[in-house]
Amino acid sequence: MSELQFTIDGKDCKAKSGQTIVEAARENGIYIPTLCNFQGMKPAGTCRICTVKVAGRYQAACTTPAAPGMIVESNTPEIEDMRKAIVEMLFVEGNHMCPTCEKSGNCELQALGYRYTMLAPRFPYLWPVREVDAHAPKIYLDRNRCVQCLRCVRGIVTGDGKHVFALSQRGNKVGIDIDAQLAAGLSEDQAKKAMDQCPVGAILRKEIGFAVPIGRRKYDGKPIGSEV
Amino acid sequence: MGRKITIEPVTRVEGHGKVTIQLDPQGTVTDSRLHIVEFRGFERFVQGRPYWEAPVLVQRLCGICPVSHHLAAAKAVDVIVGAGTGDGLTPTGEKMRRLMHYGQMFQSHALHFFHLVSPDLLFGVDADPAIRNVIGVAIHHKDLAVQGVMMRKFGQEVIRATAGKKIHGTGAIPGGVNKCLTTQERDEFLKGADPLNVDKMIAWAQAILEFFKGYHAKNADFIDNYAVFPSSHLSLVRKDGALDLYHGVLRAVDSEGKKILNDVDYQDYLQYIGEEVKSWSYMKFPYLKSIGKKDGWYTVGPLARLNTCDFIPTPLAQKEFESYKAYTKGKPNNMSMHMHYARLIELLHSIEMIKLLLNDPDILKDDLVKKGTKQSEGVGLIEAPRGTLFHHYRVNENDQITMANLIVSTTNNNEPMNRAVNQVAVKNISGRKEVTEGMLNMVEVAIRAYDPCLSCATHALGKMPLELTLVDANGDVLGVVSK
Repeated sequence: MSELQFTIDGKDCKAKSGQTIVEAARENGIYIPTLCNFQGMKPAGTCRICTVKVAGRYQAACTTPAAPGMIVESNTPEIEDMRKAIVEMLFVEGNHMCPTCEKSGNCELQALGYRYTMLAPRFPYLWPVREVDAHAPKIYLDRNRCVQCLRCVRGIVTGDGKHVFALSQRGNKVGIDIDAQLAAGLSEDQAKKAMDQCPVGAILRKEIGFAVPIGRRKYDGKPIGSEV
Repeated sequence: MGRKITIEPVTRVEGHGKVTIQLDPQGTVTDSRLHIVEFRGFERFVQGRPYWEAPVLVQRLCGICPVSHHLAAAKAVDVIVGAGTGDGLTPTGEKMRRLMHYGQMFQSHALHFFHLVSPDLLFGVDADPAIRNVIGVAIHHKDLAVQGVMMRKFGQEVIRATAGKKIHGTGAIPGGVNKCLTTQERDEFLKGADPLNVDKMIAWAQAILEFFKGYHAKNADFIDNYAVFPSSHLSLVRKDGALDLYHGVLRAVDSEGKKILNDVDYQDYLQYIGEEVKSWSYMKFPYLKSIGKKDGWYTVGPLARLNTCDFIPTPLAQKEFESYKAYTKGKPNNMSMHMHYARLIELLHSIEMIKLLLNDPDILKDDLVKKGTKQSEGVGLIEAPRGTLFHHYRVNENDQITMANLIVSTTNNNEPMNRAVNQVAVKNISGRKEVTEGMLNMVEVAIRAYDPCLSCATHALGKMPLELTLVDANGDVLGVVSK
């Protein structure tokens, strides 16, 4: 695989041909925030939190391949504020009650909120009415917390290639649905995978809540992005 | 023409409430009420949530004693996950929870006495309010103020080590706890730098009890005759009759000490306890069904606990308990201001319990959770700092809560507090030409004795009758509409 050179915020970076800006940035020690993106999964570019500027145009860094000589702007006040605005929008368009959510401390959206020092969102809360689906034996689906990243839709597939989760409806009513029959057949490992792949607290394994004490959760010690 | 005096807000209590006192043209008190003007809705909006969320969600009722709600809810969901009714956890699970609870008791009782009550005792109930507050204590009685702050800190640190956070932790989970103590954490409490170690805390708890007893000796008329009325008393007691703030059976005694609820299993509390709703308060009025709505009210909290229990299972507190009981010749104590005395004995008991638990090797073990056959319903009771706290949940086959009923400590004390207010108002305000701030504070002093936490206590959702009264310029009622 051939190697190419480009810059992020003036820093020389190397990338393999076909690598996205997000992947290449990570290998060059630069953090670009992501939410819908999940390593090992085909990128979808749904959340836009990874937005960067390339030649004056806004691009989703998780879907845009790095190119030779590309000049990428990422950590600028304008882009950082835009990312913060996206985090705020995600908070106001759902019902995110962090204080009582068992994903708290392990939640990527919450961690981004902390990273961007979100105090109060600049947008009004929408308080949508969303249903909880608790019918599956091993999984609890709380749509109040869903950010429509589609990680579950893309990533949770049965052995014979069937998708357990799917999008339903359109526009601001769009939401995740769960196939009751397929969900009933999920193994413990698949249920755990579904919960781990969900960046927020929308998909939870039943009867496990709050098993990890405060202080030992993923983002208790270090903020999101510090692993890069 | 009559007058209405309103005390709003009632100060140096947790939460928001107001008192109205109705006077006739001669200035005689004709009626008085403690109104709880906050509204919460936890019983409703916990519905639909998964049961394992209840201990973390419902504790958000309160920032003062969230540990009590956390543990009462956890005890209820223990029943749901088949871990028994309060005594079926692993030794580590139960002892870590107890440690958390006694940490909460210790810090809450310290806060109440030092921050909220001591200004009345140190400066006098009718002293200048500019001095009669916690800042005044810090300026004029620095050592006492520092003790109060550090005792509270110690209790809060115990909570942090067991629950993960000082306020709104997650330590208690269905069937147990999510962590044990590390030896480093334990040793910090046992041998921490002065004053933050358990032995110093015991010494300070004894000292503040001596301070109160000294005050009592000099002010017996005030402490013994202020808001005194016969009351029934209710609390959990250990099966052998010992004071137990975490678990036990439900016992009630009447004002003479006769058992009127004889060590019953609290899973059946609905057989024994009813709740009445009144139009002028968001707080419900619980009563013992066997006695009825009118006379079935009872007191909970430190005074009630020391009236129902037979002994205290720690030596220093037991010694104090013996002289406390001797003061009323073994009979139930119905003196509202003795609530402070009882609270300080519990403060001492709590820190003794903390020391015992810290020295127990079980708190370092990692066998944390126990579960069994799932149930559809569970009741969890605990003795919160302010009294008996009831949590009751039902769940459906999908693990969602379908019903929640909370009877909060302060709710149990609703009627006694109203009686205390009325008695003090009649005694101190009736017939006076001028009503001073000091006289109004005397009413607050009576409420404060109960250490009410008003924000927790308002749950009459869907049961409050709404009444609209139309009155003309002369005060004549033209019509009443209610739904």
